[in-house]
Amino acid sequence: MTPPIVDSAAVQPVALPRAPAALAGLRTLARGLLRVTESPAATVGLAIVLLWVLAAILAPMLSPYPPNANDFAAVSSPTPSRAHWLGTDHLGRDIGARILWGARTVFTVAPLAVLGAALLGALLGLSAGYYRGWVDLVLSRAGDIILTFPVIILYMIVLATFGSSAGNIIAVLTLTKAPIIARIVRGLTLELREREYVAAAKMRGESALYIMVVEILPNARGPLLVDMCLRMGYTIVLIGVLGFLGIGLPPPDPDWGGMVKDTYGMMSVWPHMSLFPCAAISSLVIGFNLLAVGLREIALRD
Amino acid sequence: MARFCLKHLLALTITLVVVSFLVFTLNEFSPGDVARKILGAYATQEQVAHLTTEMGLDRPVIVRYVEYLGKLASGDLGFSTRFKVPVRQIIWDRLRNTLVLAAIAFALIVPVSMLLGVLAGMREGSWLDRTILVFSTVSASVPEFAMGVFLASIFVVGLGWLPGTATLVAGGGWSVASQFVLPVAVIVLYDAGYVVSMIRASMVEVMQRPYIRTAVLKGMAFRWVVLGHALRNAMINPVTVICLQLSYLVSGVVVVETVFAYPGFGRMMLEAALFKDIALIEAGALVAVGVAIFTQILGDLAYMLLDPRIRA
Repeated sequence: MTPPIVDSAAVQPVALPRAPAALAGLRTLARGLLRVTESPAATVGLAIVLLWVLAAILAPMLSPYPPNANDFAAVSSPTPSRAHWLGTDHLGRDIGARILWGARTVFTVAPLAVLGAALLGALLGLSAGYYRGWVDLVLSRAGDIILTFPVIILYMIVLATFGSSAGNIIAVLTLTKAPIIARIVRGLTLELREREYVAAAKMRGESALYIMVVEILPNARGPLLVDMCLRMGYTIVLIGVLGFLGIGLPPPDPDWGGMVKDTYGMMSVWPHMSLFPCAAISSLVIGFNLLAVGLREIALRD
Repeated sequence: MARFCLKHLLALTITLVVVSFLVFTLNEFSPGDVARKILGAYATQEQVAHLTTEMGLDRPVIVRYVEYLGKLASGDLGFSTRFKVPVRQIIWDRLRNTLVLAAIAFALIVPVSMLLGVLAGMREGSWLDRTILVFSTVSASVPEFAMGVFLASIFVVGLGWLPGTATLVAGGGWSVASQFVLPVAVIVLYDAGYVVSMIRASMVEVMQRPYIRTAVLKGMAFRWVVLGHALRNAMINPVTVICLQLSYLVSGVVVVETVFAYPGFGRMMLEAALFKDIALIEAGALVAVGVAIFTQILGDLAYMLLDPRIRA
């Protein structure tokens, strides 16, 4: 049992950082971005990711054609040309434009899915680790059952049943990935709940929710951030895979996996149609994973 | 040991029942009915209604579920509406094909990733470590379908060395053995990258332990420090991950199967799901979950074998 803290000097540092929380958050973010440059892998990764973010934001300005416009004159010779730098697909749609607009889809669906999983997972993990007892037992068991199920089979069944839309994909990714994050947060919470500052907060009479969100969660952010980075990579792969299997985002809007699905059968004649979208998704995932590897390296160095 | 088996068997049964019920009820929410899928768009409403009654689909879901469980217990897996054959005639065939693919891939993944992971982790920060880390990160980052497209464009379209499909039927001058090369290569590149990074991380951690320093300081050859002292302890954590790869290989290779038109379990499940072939989806889901739980038990067993501290 932790002895009650009466020494005012010991209480002080707990109370101080509360007021300028938003400012402190910004400062940590800026410092974090600077620290990324300490690792070459993280720097390269961040550069690739930022490049794609920029491409997604500027897609309407950068792409010379609308993503769904057909250039029927190009259908007979769809290979890269001066009019279509990356060529066109079998329907005469500009591949460059579709890749740029596809980046927008990726950067909407993937972050929402990861954020959803992180929020739900953090909430479940915090509750399981903080309350322990039967709450922990029920949440952990339920998570184990979800994690046992081979995800790709689960996606097939669920998405074929409810129909595949962006909303359904985000929902199903959130539900299946939350248990993993919950497991990480639970472990951290079990350790952090024994700290003095948690005892101090209890002493002040703070609610359980306040202690979990304000006292424990910020101290668990390091491993959570690295995991979210890795998860972004995996989520982008998954969205691509769903598109490739034909249970991803519905056509005709551009989606990298779907572009490959439509054209890989013609690879012996026009390999460029599937090669370019494959290169796009691979480079972005490599970016996120290098960033995650580098971040972990930096975190371990401290 | 008996308690260990009993506990896992109980968990297995409960999970299977829960999963079978969830999958069964999930199908109730799907728009469009089975009879319409079977008869096609040109059937009249009377024909659809007649088939629905004939198949007993107009009865409550609970009644049908209990009936299904009863049939399941007597070994009847039902009739596949997609492939128009009894489920048992197709599911074991497809599962065997996938197991062959998975077994070949697994037999390559384990030694390759152990070698690379240990080489990288034994001297953290060395150029060898950096190279292996970057290489494994990159190869685990390229999605399987993209890796398939890349490899196929080089070896099938460019060089013409290998067949682009793996239908398991020799044809076009390609033997069945040559059809396995590309699918296996894609799986190994994607999956080994992940396993290498796990083994490397564990190895790095073990190499920092005091007993390793003692072994080095007492003048033991570095090779024997790695092989004799570090290796076994470094494999404790990754062994569960390695066993979980088996489960991933059985259901996760659906992408590779689709790329190379391989007649496997995952692709069968995809077709069944898209066709709302309930009997096949149910049986397939049960098999997939069964395999997943079985590999978990295997992982726990291997863990106990390697780590005497938790052998109770």
